[in-house]
Amino acid sequence: MQWETVIGLEVHVQLATQSKIFSGASTAFGAEPNTQACAIDLGLPGVLPVLNEGAVAMAVQFGLAIDAHIPDTSLFERKNYFYPDLPKGYQTSQMAQPIVGKGEVEIVLDDDVRKRIRIHHAHLEEDAGKSLHEDFHGMSGIDLNRAGTPLLEIVSEPDMRSAKEAVAYLRAIHAIVTYLGISDGNMAEGSMRCDVNVSVRPKGQEAFGTRAEIKNVNSFRFVERAIEFEVERQIELIEDGGKVVQETRLYDPDQDETRSMRTKEEANDYRYFPCPDLLPVMLDSAYIEHQRATLPELPTEKRHRFENSLGLSAYDAGVLSATRPTAEYFEAVLAVCGDAKQAANWVQGELSGHLNRENIDISNSPVTPEQLGGLVSRVLDDTINGKAAKQVFAALWNNEGQSADEIIDTRGLKQVTDTGAIEAMIDQVIADSPVQVAQYRDADPEKRGKMIGYFVGQVMKASRGTANPQQVNGLLKQKLDEA
Amino acid sequence: MAIEHADVLRAAHLARLGLNSDAEAAGYVDDLTRILEMVDRLQAVDTDGIAPLSHPLDTTQRLRPDEVTETNQRDAFQACAPETADGLYLVPRVVE
Amino acid sequence: MHHMTLTELAKGLKAGDFSSRELTTSLLDRIERLDGEINSFVTVTRDQALAAADTADQARAKGESRPLAGLPLAIKDIFCTQGIRTSCGSKMLDNFQAPYNATVVEKLRAAGMISLGKTNMDEFAMGSSNENSFYGPVKNPWDRTAVPGGSSGGSAAAVAAGFAPAALGTDTGGSIRQPAAFCGITGLKPTYGRVSRYGMVAFASSLDQGGPMARSAEDCAHLLGAIAGHDLRDSTSVARVVPDYLAELDAPLDGLKIGLPKEYFGDGLDAEVESAIREAIRVYESLGAKVCEVSLPHTHLAVPAYYVIAPAEASSNLSRYDGVRFGHRCDNPVDLEDLYKRSRAEGFGDEVKRRILIGTHTLSEGFFDAYYRKAQQVRRLIRQDFMDAFEEVDVLMGPAAPTPAFDLGAKKDPVSMYLQDIYTIAINLAGIPGISVPAGFAGKRPIGLQILGQHFAEGQLLNVAHQFQQATDWHRRHPTDQETT
Repeated sequence: MQWETVIGLEVHVQLATQSKIFSGASTAFGAEPNTQACAIDLGLPGVLPVLNEGAVAMAVQFGLAIDAHIPDTSLFERKNYFYPDLPKGYQTSQMAQPIVGKGEVEIVLDDDVRKRIRIHHAHLEEDAGKSLHEDFHGMSGIDLNRAGTPLLEIVSEPDMRSAKEAVAYLRAIHAIVTYLGISDGNMAEGSMRCDVNVSVRPKGQEAFGTRAEIKNVNSFRFVERAIEFEVERQIELIEDGGKVVQETRLYDPDQDETRSMRTKEEANDYRYFPCPDLLPVMLDSAYIEHQRATLPELPTEKRHRFENSLGLSAYDAGVLSATRPTAEYFEAVLAVCGDAKQAANWVQGELSGHLNRENIDISNSPVTPEQLGGLVSRVLDDTINGKAAKQVFAALWNNEGQSADEIIDTRGLKQVTDTGAIEAMIDQVIADSPVQVAQYRDADPEKRGKMIGYFVGQVMKASRGTANPQQVNGLLKQKLDEA
Repeated sequence: MAIEHADVLRAAHLARLGLNSDAEAAGYVDDLTRILEMVDRLQAVDTDGIAPLSHPLDTTQRLRPDEVTETNQRDAFQACAPETADGLYLVPRVVE
Repeated sequence: MHHMTLTELAKGLKAGDFSSRELTTSLLDRIERLDGEINSFVTVTRDQALAAADTADQARAKGESRPLAGLPLAIKDIFCTQGIRTSCGSKMLDNFQAPYNATVVEKLRAAGMISLGKTNMDEFAMGSSNENSFYGPVKNPWDRTAVPGGSSGGSAAAVAAGFAPAALGTDTGGSIRQPAAFCGITGLKPTYGRVSRYGMVAFASSLDQGGPMARSAEDCAHLLGAIAGHDLRDSTSVARVVPDYLAELDAPLDGLKIGLPKEYFGDGLDAEVESAIREAIRVYESLGAKVCEVSLPHTHLAVPAYYVIAPAEASSNLSRYDGVRFGHRCDNPVDLEDLYKRSRAEGFGDEVKRRILIGTHTLSEGFFDAYYRKAQQVRRLIRQDFMDAFEEVDVLMGPAAPTPAFDLGAKKDPVSMYLQDIYTIAINLAGIPGISVPAGFAGKRPIGLQILGQHFAEGQLLNVAHQFQQATDWHRRHPTDQETT
């Protein structure tokens, strides 16, 4: 039988606010345990929540970025359950009236296939703390620093049909939230976490199969592998005459498998009800328009502009718009040098190569976009040749000069285009290489093309790389073929 | 609506309230039965089309500026904690 | 000195008749001498009180004059007080020293007032008799075989017994007004949102409201002025100017329109209570007020709606008591479930457990719409009743409770106890203010007249109550020490 996979994602994004969603405690990552858990985060008797304006603004910005409906009223509710990292015995969340309504995200697949994934809604809620299971005499330790960090939970429709689509969707969400600057998107630190709903159905069948929810998958790679494993598991199960049960599963990256979370707990009953400590959040159109005005150009818009206005290939446009720092870097280089294709080549070539090799993020690049733009400009106006350009780049990378111009100057890398000077160097090389000259002249004209490389190399060496290679080539041919 | 013994056990579990004996549970079944009989008077009212009222005043949520206003008071807060170590609250091992 | 009003004590301090230390010492000694029997205090903070009294005396000597400075009061043990046990009447918090002050506690401190200590109460404010306290029942100073009312029974008894000229209480379904009535003092439940709830241990968040309990409406006006106001820490507190409540006290009542809800004078109302209330109404007529009957047709639904909404909110509010970060923890828990279940079973008393169970049940799947949603719809009808009535009249009057204080141990059945609050509960559901003022006796036991106003009409209520107290002296009666001891 042919099977079709159906996937929906719930993505939890930690919002990049300074303070928590309902308290004035810091959200900074990595502090000593419980030093950033204030009375409100701890749920001490008598404390009350007050909603953070920054969290609301960020949620609205996300909503606008996915063309979602922003309802004029949203409500906070309590989701009641006991867990040691949940200080109040309930999570303040939204259910019936979330802050962001239905929206859409465009994803790009291989071969530039595009697909729209519908978003059911996105809602604000508070994060829980962390349980640490190192051995404290057989006990667990609870750190509530993270408790109360604002989360935006983005719930998709079950619109994805493969692990690849799910990953593309997750990347698109990642790009949007990082472009908006509403999250650092750092999956390793848990700033973005993902629950995956997976089911399979016979191809052509309309009704959904029974789904399993894979909790807390925390990297793009794991999302892909968890789904692939889970799909295979479900298909095998059904084909062997079994049935998929609706349950929560965990992905174990070490074993590369998903496992049922066998809790004794019967079906959860969260007893949602409106939080009596918080009032309805009302957002008028002036507020929403104000937020709209703060929106930057978003990844999809940028990709389209790179392709259509700048004339980049779909691939280049995709790579350069994938993250906001990359796009900003590229655009800054372009602003200096004025040539999109050259700027794109340098960012994706020499720069990316160096960054990847040393595992440095583009936002911390030792070569600034202004420096790289200056370098590209010198290539474009023929001040230096490609070989010298690489030397200049390396010098910039190693902080051996302030600018391309300075390095070109101090190292004398300016391209030699004076025909007389080049001819003199060529004459010297010919005089010094009688054997090679004789071989060249004896060779068939077709073979000569290859053999000329030797002479070019010698001349370039003599010029310390500064001779214009096209001129060297032309003049060499003339002189060698003369006799 | 009647409340059954099982409902009380379920509520007690959801609320993580230990019941020491069947007799204790039965006592709550009796109490809750009488309370819910009294509450059932609500069922006689026609409330079609009436919006639920969560708050007595028709006001809206005020928003707090996104500023860090709290400082570390861990020692003061943990002074009233049953058991801590290395700044962490300790609980019997959490099984995932 | 023990039965003087705040207003009189303030004059005495100002005139130098006595110092704040003398006043405070005298009250502390009286508490030590007589409260053993009444049990109105859970914690007496002698050292802090005397230190604060000295500070107040020094400030006064330097010429500072804040109206309430140097005056003592008692604080219901539901308000968080930094470094001082805040038990909420529960074993669960018997070991809990709050690490911060409630907003109203801060405000009273800023006004220079002195806390004598924390008063007894029904556990987590759940009760109408103060018999649900981990620290034992409070006795009514007028008659030690009677309850003082609840849940602010300790506060009411402390004021009546001459232990404190005033006290803070909280009112979720009548917990200020009913004990004020039972103990013959004046108690005001302000409009929901008028007084910050920050630092007030939550029972039912959409109903809870702190307020003053004292010996006169004038004293309540002083106190309300000190504790009311918008608090940035409480989203439900209202950003609205606090008027000068004292300035309104003397307005004449000529032409005041009083409505008597006919539902508040029906079956179940004790005859002596009714006759005292009708007599009080005649006093108002003599002051120039016009009286008419009005109807609050959904009154009979207030107790049922309340016993869905309040327990539902409470079941969630009380989930934080899990033995992890503060409060009672059972010995040697074998696992997490055991930690939760035993800590909570041991830490909470019967009535609290009962309400947690009702609240959990009515919020759970399959019951939510029939109970919770329905109760909230009825809540709107109840509020509308009041809004309609206030189209016709300025204030509503009736009894604060259907009977005078009942005997300790008299009400064993929870439902009959809940029905005690039949005249007070709707007010919390609607969020309007209400005040109870002494209006007579049934034998030794006091009777309270309840006056209700529109949202934020505290000034008017205090004025109406004050004028009554200018014309009568019920509020000046106090039990003799023989009765108290």
